[in-house]
Amino acid sequence: MHASAELAGPSRRTRPRDSAASWPLADRIGLGLCWAAGVTLTLLATAIVLYMGVKGISQLHLSYLFQHPTADVDQSKSGGFLDPIEGTLLLTAIGTAIAVPIGTGVALWLVEYGRPAPLARTVESAVEIIAGAPSIVIAVFGLVVFSQPAFAFLSFRATGADAAFGRSFVIAGAAMSLLALPLVVGAVREALLQVPNHLREASLALGKTVGATIRRVLLPAVRPGIATGTALGMGRIIGDTAIVILLLGNTLGTESADGGLPGFRLLRGTGSTLTSYIYGNSPAGEGGAPEKAYAAAFVLLALVIALNVLATRLARGNLSALTGGAAWTR
Amino acid sequence: MDPLMPPPIRRISLEQAPTVVPEPAASNGNGHAAAATRSAASAAAIERMRCDQVTIAYGQKVAVNRVELPIRQGEVLALIGPSGCGKTTLLRSLNRLTELTPSAARGGRISLDGEDVDTLEVTELRRRVSMVFQQPNPFPMTVFDNVAYALRDGASRRPRKPALAEPVEHALRRAGLWDEVKDNLDHPALRLSGGQQQRLCIARALAAQPEVLLMDEPCSALDPVSTTTIEQLILELREQIAVVIVTHNLQQAQRVADHVAFMYLGELVEYGPSEQIFHAPQAQRTRDYVHGAFG
Amino acid sequence: MSGWRIPERAELGLGALAVALLALIVGMLAFVLVQAWPSFAHNGLAWFGSGGNANTQLNDIYQSPADPHHYQYHLRAWPLLYGTALSTGLAVLLGLPFALLCALFTVEFAPPGIARVMGPTVRLLAAVPSVIYGLIGILVLAPWINDHLVSAKFKLDVKPVVPIGGGGLLLASIVLAVMIVPIMIAIISDALRSIPRSWLEGSAALGVNRWRTMWRISVRAARPAIAAAVVFATARALGEAIMLAMVSGSFIFAPNPLDGLNFFLEPIQPLAATIVAGSEGFSAKPFAQTLYAFAAVLLVSSALLSLAAWAARQPMRRMGLR
Repeated sequence: MHASAELAGPSRRTRPRDSAASWPLADRIGLGLCWAAGVTLTLLATAIVLYMGVKGISQLHLSYLFQHPTADVDQSKSGGFLDPIEGTLLLTAIGTAIAVPIGTGVALWLVEYGRPAPLARTVESAVEIIAGAPSIVIAVFGLVVFSQPAFAFLSFRATGADAAFGRSFVIAGAAMSLLALPLVVGAVREALLQVPNHLREASLALGKTVGATIRRVLLPAVRPGIATGTALGMGRIIGDTAIVILLLGNTLGTESADGGLPGFRLLRGTGSTLTSYIYGNSPAGEGGAPEKAYAAAFVLLALVIALNVLATRLARGNLSALTGGAAWTR
Repeated sequence: MDPLMPPPIRRISLEQAPTVVPEPAASNGNGHAAAATRSAASAAAIERMRCDQVTIAYGQKVAVNRVELPIRQGEVLALIGPSGCGKTTLLRSLNRLTELTPSAARGGRISLDGEDVDTLEVTELRRRVSMVFQQPNPFPMTVFDNVAYALRDGASRRPRKPALAEPVEHALRRAGLWDEVKDNLDHPALRLSGGQQQRLCIARALAAQPEVLLMDEPCSALDPVSTTTIEQLILELREQIAVVIVTHNLQQAQRVADHVAFMYLGELVEYGPSEQIFHAPQAQRTRDYVHGAFG
Repeated sequence: MSGWRIPERAELGLGALAVALLALIVGMLAFVLVQAWPSFAHNGLAWFGSGGNANTQLNDIYQSPADPHHYQYHLRAWPLLYGTALSTGLAVLLGLPFALLCALFTVEFAPPGIARVMGPTVRLLAAVPSVIYGLIGILVLAPWINDHLVSAKFKLDVKPVVPIGGGGLLLASIVLAVMIVPIMIAIISDALRSIPRSWLEGSAALGVNRWRTMWRISVRAARPAIAAAVVFATARALGEAIMLAMVSGSFIFAPNPLDGLNFFLEPIQPLAATIVAGSEGFSAKPFAQTLYAFAAVLLVSSALLSLAAWAARQPMRRMGLR
């Protein structure tokens, strides 16, 4: 049937659909407030991004990305922030390397086995507690534990003291992994719950064990979920400052510890990240170098935004990949 | 109520409205006799709404094509037809509910008491032309709050609770629910049974004293006892209100309707008094549908 | 998978992993509480009370002599707790109505083009690291407040007692509010979207306009979600350390409401920010233990809030919504 020529549609309307012009005053004020709030929020976000962008670009010299920082009061000689960038990358690598396998494993256990039930609930609660704990508290956890002399191999032992220094890349990285862990567990769990049951049943019906099913069927199916969780976790790690300040030793440059294997020396060493560098250069830290702080903040913000866009893309891809993939089997 | 004297056009006060006592076992065995008394009433019916060449399309797909229908107070109009014939779309256009769908476009003229409905405020239109839906949808509030909802939030000044007690009671009486809920007005509406919830929705629609009541398959989700109760209500309500009911159930249409409009694929195939449609249909297609050749 | 099966290798392996994680978390919790105990033990319940200048008290603890028998623990932490509560409370008070209006705007009243932009905008605000919020606060907003809102007379009057600058309760609350608004918007708009369409259609069919419909039906039904949003936002605000360390004035002080508008310009130092400020001092044992005590208070609060969030969600589950 074709549309009749006399169909006039909305143009005939003399009163548009529920226009606010007819509402009582109180309702119109309410609508106005809604608009004001929405517009304010958008302006706020735009202002933050624009301000950081403009300030950052005006202060950023490309050379900063490749120069080592020096502790010089004269800003033109204080170098760039290569070491903080190194620190950020290293911590993120350590944190995700620990969090992703463990998080995926825990999520798998929770969804595919989860027996006995009280144990599963307790594990879930523990992950919830970690998810809700502020990063400063996790940093304190790390400090309390790793200050014990038993853990001196992870940092170094201050001469004459009965405590380990308690701060190093590997310690900070381990603490960071706790930040990322709940995000990975959550994302992988979501992905697992979306895998249709008939895939599992088909594998089991062929005589495979649950373990093999996990390896061959489920892990490939939840790869997008693992990727989403990883991106989310990385975003959180990169943006965190409290753990860095408490657990990384706050040296401007990356400094390896003495003794031991070469690679391990770096892990046991101290350093800084973009976030602690920004904090240190602001009036709250030693102060004095807001220009460098803006430049570093620009790089940091760009990184975090890029990761978040990636995470959103992956999450959306998650959905279509799973439903699209399963559709042909119905 | 003198059946020969047409009621005045403006709203009628409900003080004289009789309390409805539902008779669960009532059955209209003699379809013919009942139809005879009904047509006597409809001879005095006054026209409330009129559809002139109404056409409704969703995007490119035409759902209703050039329908002309009168809707009269004092009678029940039933819209019948197979699934997808456009009867629900036509019903929803009468109170401009089709506007909730962005792709809907409407041509032709619908008038309420002579005024084009497009020129009215849509909220005022919907207060005068109320609707009851297929699935009972009471709000998550108490029984009292549900019935008082339109009274409180349809007007710009919220009336206080004592002023609302009377209209609420009237509406519940007209819907035949008062005796069952009068001690439980503060209980959550979601705790009522399905039939009670639907009667609550009817009471809610009646609270603002509408001139026309639209019902979209109101009994299809209910058990037979509740269905009979509601059909009784419809017969009582038509004295003061024009009722338009969409129904799949041909026997139900025979029981309650004075006039019937049969629609097929968006076209109005035949319109006439119910004994004509059911016993002496003029169009072949109507004959086929009524005799069950297709559904 | 019901009934008892002999667990296979993979189950034991993954189960052991989960249990190990659980043991680690429980162990750390216990460990922190044990390490924090001396601070509570020496002060008793007065730890939570007020008395004296907390700044000097903390300094004394840090300067404790090396002899364990003479460790200083004396502390009256009330100004810290009060500052934390004030900044959190004000931030939620400011943020909640704003978040509710934004959520309503996004879900119902925004034209389709603008509504599409709101989602990414909220996600962007949530993604900005707290140190950048702190940077903007301390480099842009604090000088502005210092120049335009702080009277020189007030600054001079209270100089012996408390240093006044741009940072303080007002700045902390405002920036904190901006940080917690995204979480609240996300939770509330999720709930608003899951309101059954039949209710909204029913309300429209009764002649009630869109605003009243949203307010009386959707917002009312979403009340448990609003409660959950407040709980999550509070948890986030409590744990915020870095941003507050930069903008809250860095002086432990309990602002005096009797000061009128100047109340908002007085500095505070919430618990989390104090831990950051004291981060250099962990080598002194009693000082470290005092900071562990702060962490313990934060931990218990966030655990209680997690419980409250779980409880706030239950009414919605009962109603069949998410």
